[in-house]
Amino acid sequence: MNEKQLRKSYDVILVGAGSIGTPLAFYLSKAGLRVLVIDQNASIGQGSNKKAIGGIRATHSDPAKIRLCMDSLKTFSTWKEEYGDDIEWYQGGYCFVAYHDIEEQKIKNLLRTQKNLGLNISWLDRKDLLEIVPDLNPVELRGGSFSPEDGSASPLLVAHAFYIHAIHQGAEFRFNETVTGLEIKNNRITGVTTNRGSYASEIVVNAAGAWAGQIAALAGIKLPVHPDAHEAAVTEPVAHFLDPMVVDIRMAPGSSNFYFYQHATGQFFFCITPEPKIWGFNTEETSNFLPQVAKRLVNVMPRLNQIRIRRTWRGLYPMTPDGFPIVGWCNEVQGFYLAAGMCGQGFMLGPGVGELVTRNILNQTTTEDESISNYISPYRTFSEQEMLQ
Amino acid sequence: MALIEPDIRIEPMEGLPALPAISGIPETKEIEVINIPVLIIGGGPAGLSAGIELGKRGIPAILIDDKHRLGGKLVLQTHRFFGSSAAVYAGTRGIDIATKLEQEITRYHSVQIWLNSTGLGVFSDHRVGVLKDGNVYKLIKPQALLIAAGAREKSLAFMGNTLPGVIGAGAFQTLVNRDLVIPAKKLFIVGGGNVGLIAGYHALQAGIEVAGLVEALPECGGYKVHKDKLLRCGVPVYTSHTILSANGKEKVESVTIAEVNKNFQIIPGTNKSFACDCVLIAVGLESVNEFYLKAQQYQMNVFAAGDADEIAEASAAIYAGKIRGLEIANALNASREIIPGYWHEMSEILKSKAGQSDQGLLPELTDGVLPVLHCTQQIPCDPCSALCPKELIEIGDNDIRNIPVFLGNAYQCIRCKKCVAGCPGLAITLVDSRKDPDYPIVSIPFEFNIEVLREKELVTLLDTTGDFLGKLPISRVYAIPKMDKTLIVEVKAPKAWAAKIAGIQVQDPSITAPLNTDIENIENDTIICRCERVTAGQVRELIRSGHRDINQIKAITRAGMGACGGKTCTNLIYSLFKQEGIPLKDIVNHTLRPLFIEVPLSVFAGESTVKENEHSE
Repeated sequence: MNEKQLRKSYDVILVGAGSIGTPLAFYLSKAGLRVLVIDQNASIGQGSNKKAIGGIRATHSDPAKIRLCMDSLKTFSTWKEEYGDDIEWYQGGYCFVAYHDIEEQKIKNLLRTQKNLGLNISWLDRKDLLEIVPDLNPVELRGGSFSPEDGSASPLLVAHAFYIHAIHQGAEFRFNETVTGLEIKNNRITGVTTNRGSYASEIVVNAAGAWAGQIAALAGIKLPVHPDAHEAAVTEPVAHFLDPMVVDIRMAPGSSNFYFYQHATGQFFFCITPEPKIWGFNTEETSNFLPQVAKRLVNVMPRLNQIRIRRTWRGLYPMTPDGFPIVGWCNEVQGFYLAAGMCGQGFMLGPGVGELVTRNILNQTTTEDESISNYISPYRTFSEQEMLQ
Repeated sequence: MALIEPDIRIEPMEGLPALPAISGIPETKEIEVINIPVLIIGGGPAGLSAGIELGKRGIPAILIDDKHRLGGKLVLQTHRFFGSSAAVYAGTRGIDIATKLEQEITRYHSVQIWLNSTGLGVFSDHRVGVLKDGNVYKLIKPQALLIAAGAREKSLAFMGNTLPGVIGAGAFQTLVNRDLVIPAKKLFIVGGGNVGLIAGYHALQAGIEVAGLVEALPECGGYKVHKDKLLRCGVPVYTSHTILSANGKEKVESVTIAEVNKNFQIIPGTNKSFACDCVLIAVGLESVNEFYLKAQQYQMNVFAAGDADEIAEASAAIYAGKIRGLEIANALNASREIIPGYWHEMSEILKSKAGQSDQGLLPELTDGVLPVLHCTQQIPCDPCSALCPKELIEIGDNDIRNIPVFLGNAYQCIRCKKCVAGCPGLAITLVDSRKDPDYPIVSIPFEFNIEVLREKELVTLLDTTGDFLGKLPISRVYAIPKMDKTLIVEVKAPKAWAAKIAGIQVQDPSITAPLNTDIENIENDTIICRCERVTAGQVRELIRSGHRDINQIKAITRAGMGACGGKTCTNLIYSLFKQEGIPLKDIVNHTLRPLFIEVPLSVFAGESTVKENEHSE
């Protein structure tokens, strides 16, 4: 029997079962499309999704991410009611703290934009901020922004929930399978070949995260997505005492900002942004991370001094030149859709992006979708820099 | 690692602990990075022996161990060791071997010893994170890394396996032999390897009753002499049996076992229950390999020795450590010595499992003196031969695995009884027929508190495998000088069975009788991950729905996400896969990550609660 006869065909093939591919499979299959998801790893979310610490905020600085994450927040916050799965959603808010004039100005400048875009976020002075986060180091604390509608959930449980429901809706997943080629005829995509077979589809979505550049290259497309590495850690669970994600945007030797929060399970998660960035695909843990982050953590929240660290890991931020995602149709190859370069925010963007891509594929794009498409277009100039990454 | 001390309070907790508020801002410090030729993780028999070889050659090394004294699990071993008398202190008690090795290594100043110091992780920059003295974080960058971290116990999934009173053999030996705490009145043992058999013997010595031992295989995996020692004390060994459940409301009150067929399936209707307050799990060991795997992944110059490399006896670990020590010295170009061929030979001999058993012919008694060797299985052991001043006991072919033979006649033995007292298996008696050939005097080794005998007018004498021979009065009890605490008990026994006597029953048969009533098993699904309370049912359901990636099972159930990092449950999850008939090649293991134990954030910030060097070496 030849392979062509065996070859299965789908309405949409997704490359990558991570933060973007898994919710997208859910929304596409929910809309009745026949979906195949191919991933090189053994199960969902094994690339960067499981490395995410779980923060979800709509308080960004551009209309596109704000809009997409607001959609995501709606999904996260109502998931349990709607679908019954506990995804450990906790609405504790986000808080950017300022200890110097420079951060205070930076945060306040951003606040104006954010308020104009309709976000529920405000500046709290030192006293008000300490009421919300009583355990902050009060010495020289100026105040900070607080956005109560943001929150957190478990990336692992979210991916699983989307996966299980997608399967029930008929989506197929093929794991341990590497995409080795994209079939293109007359500038139209016709299917995907892997190390184990080939599958037909007129629509292929590149949701390969840090590896999206390699997938795009199979179609001869140069996608400006390059990962850099961030390390994170989780602690033992302790009784709840911290509501919001705390973000400290001060520079320190070896790092720019860092952030931490208390998850619904009582565990603390924290992560640091290395400065200068560490480019590449290496996800091996270094001995620098814990001492580096520990110094910052005990300074911002002395009470964390005695919390026990459980595990540490290193994950990838698929970065674009301007820090904004790349979401949209590829002009050079018809039927090839790019949903990549989430810049470390794939988890919080996932549901919103999944819904947007689904509308694009179903030709149900709204005017609101069109209004944000320029910000995330694959064909923008990539010259703007995001104010707060 | 906290020692058990009087007045220690352990309390169950409802909900999560509150993190205490603190005043002031903690001071932070840079973490010191130490460059050193060799880092040894583990101060047990393997690590110490390697350290000694490095020390002899003046090679700088740091040896870390998470306990308060050196010796590893040797410290818990109160019995005489098997092995080679010449090479690895056979016939000496484990705890005394620890002391000898400790004394030797401290003579070499190039080796620093860090006690109470735990390896936390191996990082990609070739640094090993170490929590020194329990509170100072150090990063060590060795040119060569030796993993001699020993083994951890395997766990077993059965109903009631999380009831208080279900305990691992290592924890049991730590409490009984190191901390001198009696954690139970009556024990039931699961597992007939050397660890389980020895733990049973130690329990009896500590005055704890042993209701029985189950082994799923048709024969115990441990040395026959260890098993026989237990049988002779009056402990029944149920081979081809498995544990069904530990029963009780708040803690273990009884255990239920059942017979299994050759496919390890339970044979219905064979259930038996026994009263006990402790179920000791000794179902095998697995290497502590997380350091080695990470160091290998990061392409460090890494070596492993002892149980961390391959599970075997402590005597084998001593030799393996010696070899690794010299290999490391050579690898660092600090020496150019050829490792003697006999080192490797001895290492292999000491690692070998028990070999063939023979029937064991009892000697024909005459009017003279004859030792009876109740030693019928090939194991690496030679103290009897080494101890005999007349060289009358021989172990053939220069291979200590052979079964010893008494070469003399009835008139050559000088009755020093060193072989009786010094046999680690307590498997030699001496029959003296000179005064009364019809009622010879039988000398039996005895390692229990003498008080056990004082109460009794008659003692029950058992043969090699624990079968009843008769009851007799004791004529004499004494110790032989320099034979390290083993007593000799003398009885006058009828010639017909005098040579069969191999031991004195210390436990009354009523202790080991099964319960008459049927025990109802608790309606409680078996726990697989103790940290996160994940049941076998949850994991099995995922396996049945097609999950093969343990990372995914972990993500959904949290099994392996707890404080221990999957050290217990990973094994059990693999056994569930096996039960479901999933081939090993389809299963993806979970990702291994530092830290290997939980440590307060403050130590990474460079703080220490105790000033450094306050309890320095």
